[in-house]
Amino acid sequence: MEQLTKDRFKTEEYFINMGPQHPAAHGVLRLILTIDGEIIKDVDTDLGYIHRSIEKMCERDSYQQIVHLTDRMDYLSSHINNEAVCLVVENGLQIEVTDRVKVIRTIISELTRLASHQLWWGVNGMDLGALTTYFYAFRDREKINDIFEETCGARLTMNYNIPGGLMFDIHPNFVNRTKEFITHFKTKLPEYDRLLTGNVIFEKRTMGIGVLSREAAISYGASGPVARASGFASDVRKRHPYSAYDRVNFEEAIRTEGDNYARYKVRIQEMWESMKIIEQLIDNIPEGEHQTKTNAVIKLPKGEFYQRVETARGELGVYINSTGTKNPYRLKFRSPGLSNLSLLKHISVGAKIGDLVANMASIDLVIPDIDR
Amino acid sequence: MMKTLSITKTIHDFLFGLMPEGIASFVEWVMIAAAYLAFFALAGLLLVYMERRIAAFFQLRLGPNRVGPAGLFQTIADALKLVTKELTIPDKADKFLFNLAPYFVIVAALVILSVIPFSAEFQAFDINIGVFFVMAVSSIGVIGVLIGGWASNNKYALIGAMRSGLQTISYELSVGLSIMTIVLLAGSLQISEIIEVQRTGGWFILQGHIPAVIAFMIFMIAGTAETNRAPFDLVEAESELGAGFHTEYSGMKFAYFFLAEFINMFIVAAIAVTIFFGGYLSPFGITESLPWMGVFWFMLKTLMIIFLMMWFRWTFPRLRVDQLLTLEWKYLLPMNLFNIVFMAVIIWLGWTF
Repeated sequence: MEQLTKDRFKTEEYFINMGPQHPAAHGVLRLILTIDGEIIKDVDTDLGYIHRSIEKMCERDSYQQIVHLTDRMDYLSSHINNEAVCLVVENGLQIEVTDRVKVIRTIISELTRLASHQLWWGVNGMDLGALTTYFYAFRDREKINDIFEETCGARLTMNYNIPGGLMFDIHPNFVNRTKEFITHFKTKLPEYDRLLTGNVIFEKRTMGIGVLSREAAISYGASGPVARASGFASDVRKRHPYSAYDRVNFEEAIRTEGDNYARYKVRIQEMWESMKIIEQLIDNIPEGEHQTKTNAVIKLPKGEFYQRVETARGELGVYINSTGTKNPYRLKFRSPGLSNLSLLKHISVGAKIGDLVANMASIDLVIPDIDR
Repeated sequence: MMKTLSITKTIHDFLFGLMPEGIASFVEWVMIAAAYLAFFALAGLLLVYMERRIAAFFQLRLGPNRVGPAGLFQTIADALKLVTKELTIPDKADKFLFNLAPYFVIVAALVILSVIPFSAEFQAFDINIGVFFVMAVSSIGVIGVLIGGWASNNKYALIGAMRSGLQTISYELSVGLSIMTIVLLAGSLQISEIIEVQRTGGWFILQGHIPAVIAFMIFMIAGTAETNRAPFDLVEAESELGAGFHTEYSGMKFAYFFLAEFINMFIVAAIAVTIFFGGYLSPFGITESLPWMGVFWFMLKTLMIIFLMMWFRWTFPRLRVDQLLTLEWKYLLPMNLFNIVFMAVIIWLGWTF
């Protein structure tokens, strides 16, 4: 009888294409899902829909031009990407940038991180079905973008760094507006918690979902908030300080649960820490030149150069192999998004469709960063 | 069957004086149907406008404010746009069922509307098993959703439709049982009767105190789930399924689904008002002498309940599909069964107000 029932009402797995055009894909990511009813059996990731061969283009361009290409990778941490390339070139040329440059770079990096996490918070809520979070996040993100616009001339792809320093000096309003923003956001960040964090449905949707162990996080090469939520202390700002991070006091946000809720809390805490860093630096930006003179044509000495920075999504590494000409012989970005995306299958198999969307949101994917 | 307001009585007498009885009553039916259709369209458009405005205020925006005074005609402009759009049918779809599905949904919503009493004398259809009728007809709507999702030949639509099926079947139980709790108190299934009982004894939410409040909360949760609205909008969870069961619908067919959702919301709110808050009765009988004020009170209460539903739509995240079922079968249903017994005991002991 049981066999008969099984034969007559047998279930079949089916395929579903999530993306490349799908509201949850945050860009053009294509997931080929094998689903049994609502349960996910397999996740196959198909990349390449927004591949622009940035690394190959870098071999063609001069070092000043490379900086502008990096904006288009992880566009939510464009300043930090620029900084990574500038740091590696400065290391290669043995240029020491002024303290002023270091501090301003750090402040803007942290503002970028705040803006990125705000956007993530809004989108995370939206992926879980709470549409209002998006507008709350954008209210505050606009203020950061306005600061950027005033100082850098652009709101998203800033191009403020150049090898040797900054494109221009900061705008006279920069310090005041940043301080205003910090006081504003200190009252608004608890509002984020009130709207989403304590909500019963939100806790049910995130706690214990998409659990990533510390071992798995390390072996998949996870970095950033994803790794730190699994207890893997991997913050480049703490481990290998660059720019002005060695002179500020901040805590590395670490949790051990490894689920979506932990990743959420880590990012919320990082926003507090970013504000702490900015507060320590904003009042005493040292006087000095905003750039160090470099040659019009930069030629890196023969050899290999590597620099890692902490973007909003994790560790970005820039590897340059130079033969002593005005272009890099080979350039490689180690982007945080790609290794974090590789986790998706690990944490999503056996979960429901809704969980997969929540997992994708908690990993904080930016597709151009993955595809480059 | 049709209670007559003085104005409707004039029309009734006029028609019956003018033509033979059979034709006159037919004309009357057509007029009533046209009136309800007009209300249906108007209420749908206004509710869409209200939802967009309220959502905007929750989200620090302004919402539609350009077309007409305060953007009132925005939804009409949108409806016009939808009417003029092409009705696409996907390749390999089951054309007959695909075209049929929206009508199922909209007809179910329309038929329930006919038993809702807008005022003491304004109710098209007052049958003695009114509550039962509402529950029975409301489950027809899901058939439209199911066949719409199935006939689209789209996996997202199919998943959405299946979710809708399990959701509606589960939450129908809670809606039914929470209404039955109040029927115990009212001692009648007839909707006009249920309201008239409240005229003397006070609104049921006060009369039945604790069990009635529990029943009201369960009704609101289950009613929201029935209408497929957030936090129970798994059927059209846009971050998971695109648009769910109506992914493939365009133009007016999509508008039917959309309108039906808002009318269903209106119906759930109207039933909540009818069985818990005294329907068209004024609070403390302050306008007892003016029966026509009933429409005003009824609409006011209904809009307040609708506002409540919109409020939690725009604040809560969405449940997952298994959590949705857990909530119903492990919490709401046992609570409801206990609540019915509790109510029965309270009535037996005479502890009602």
